[in-house]
Amino acid sequence: MATDTTAAQVETDTQALGPVVNFDKVVKRYGELTVLDELDFSVKPGERVTLIGPSGSGKTTILRLLMTLEKVTDGVIWVEGEPLSHMRDSGGELVPANEAYLRQMRKRIGMVFQQFNLFPNMNVLRNITEAPVHVLGLSKDEAAVRARELLELVGLSDKENAHPSKLSGGQQQRVAIARALAMRPDILLLDEVTSALDPELVADVQNVLRDIASSTDITMLIVTHEMHFARDVSQRVLMFDKGKIIEEGTPERLFSEPREERTQKFLRAVLEGR
Amino acid sequence: MSWWNNQAALELFPLLLEGFRITLLATLLGSLLALTLGLVFAFIDRTAPEYIRRPLGWVLQFIRFTPPIAQLFFAYYVIRPNLGIGVDALTVGIVVLGVHYATYNAEIYRAGIEGVPKGQWEAVTALSLPQGRAWFGVILPQAIRRVLPSLGNNVIILFKEVPVLSAIAVTEMVRVGKEYTSDHFAFYIEAFTIAGLIYLVASYPTSLLMRKLEVRLGN
Repeated sequence: MATDTTAAQVETDTQALGPVVNFDKVVKRYGELTVLDELDFSVKPGERVTLIGPSGSGKTTILRLLMTLEKVTDGVIWVEGEPLSHMRDSGGELVPANEAYLRQMRKRIGMVFQQFNLFPNMNVLRNITEAPVHVLGLSKDEAAVRARELLELVGLSDKENAHPSKLSGGQQQRVAIARALAMRPDILLLDEVTSALDPELVADVQNVLRDIASSTDITMLIVTHEMHFARDVSQRVLMFDKGKIIEEGTPERLFSEPREERTQKFLRAVLEGR
Repeated sequence: MSWWNNQAALELFPLLLEGFRITLLATLLGSLLALTLGLVFAFIDRTAPEYIRRPLGWVLQFIRFTPPIAQLFFAYYVIRPNLGIGVDALTVGIVVLGVHYATYNAEIYRAGIEGVPKGQWEAVTALSLPQGRAWFGVILPQAIRRVLPSLGNNVIILFKEVPVLSAIAVTEMVRVGKEYTSDHFAFYIEAFTIAGLIYLVASYPTSLLMRKLEVRLGN
């Protein structure tokens, strides 16, 4: 009897602490090209995971699948214990998710893009309040209060009336980060967010992200070539090659003593490229 | 000056201006219809299922590749009598021009929508914005801004096409001139020179305005 209770307890605990993201044999193909090959991996709540690897290794595709910008070819993606790529039909079977289901699920996830993708026809404040007002149903005032807090966090309080075209790339990217956070997502996806920036603007954006990482418990999946940043922010690094994880570990271990030859080669190339 | 009669010119001018009012009215309402309907066509083309898009595409092609005057005669002599209610020639003319130019505007809107970077759609998805908000808040404002000069150009082209309505006895400006010269068997130079000048005075500044707009939007 006592044992049963303990077993049940353990199961509840595992559920509560279960992965926030779970890829179950996920396959992504574009025609003949296999980008992800029966990929299994999971991310714990609040964990910061950096995905590295050569271009075409599938790391950006993982973020795009999570943001539902792409559909899986096979396998299932789970988010907080619920299917993302699929939904349950009336019989409880998993079937490919429809648009209405995706719209509900993707609210839990936010994404920051390499090219910022701010709305050029709206000022900074509108960029940030648009989704909270029209998706979460906040009043304009509530959304503006939330937006101003976030603008302060990213150091752009004086820019709320500016149009994106009047901002530097680094400022635009910080607005984009504020815009994603305004939806209070559980998971934040960062897709090479500093790759399009001039070198002197990279640090501002990274500092903002470091602040967010240390002051919140938001789960982060980060695709980057900035190894210093990956080391500062993430607890785990996954090295991808040809749609598979070929090595993983803490950033300290993986960057200083990579075990796989492919990882060694890649890290050398990245460091020399700097 | 035997080739130019001042008396006739003075008499013609107010008559032509009166006709010009009809020309302007037809331009305004015709363009309004062309701009709205064009957007509707473009929107259907982008969102409707194949079995609606394809036949609509055929109809639009047909309208685009047949002359407005043929469409005008068809609408006036074939469709209008079957409507049962009295629809005047001007209304028929406005609708025909409006629909004809809507098919061109649809192409322009389409290009504008396709020109909005893919990243905008991705941002819309990442923020879970509903479809209506995505279209009217994000995509269309950017798309229309891009193609405003081309749309404006079509307004000018439609404006210059209004005299075709004289074929169904709409008394727009050129028709007024034609009637005057037919009554007198003379004053062709006066009538069509003045009509031409009125057209020029109206459309040239408009085209300059369009060019200015183009430059401003380009920045």
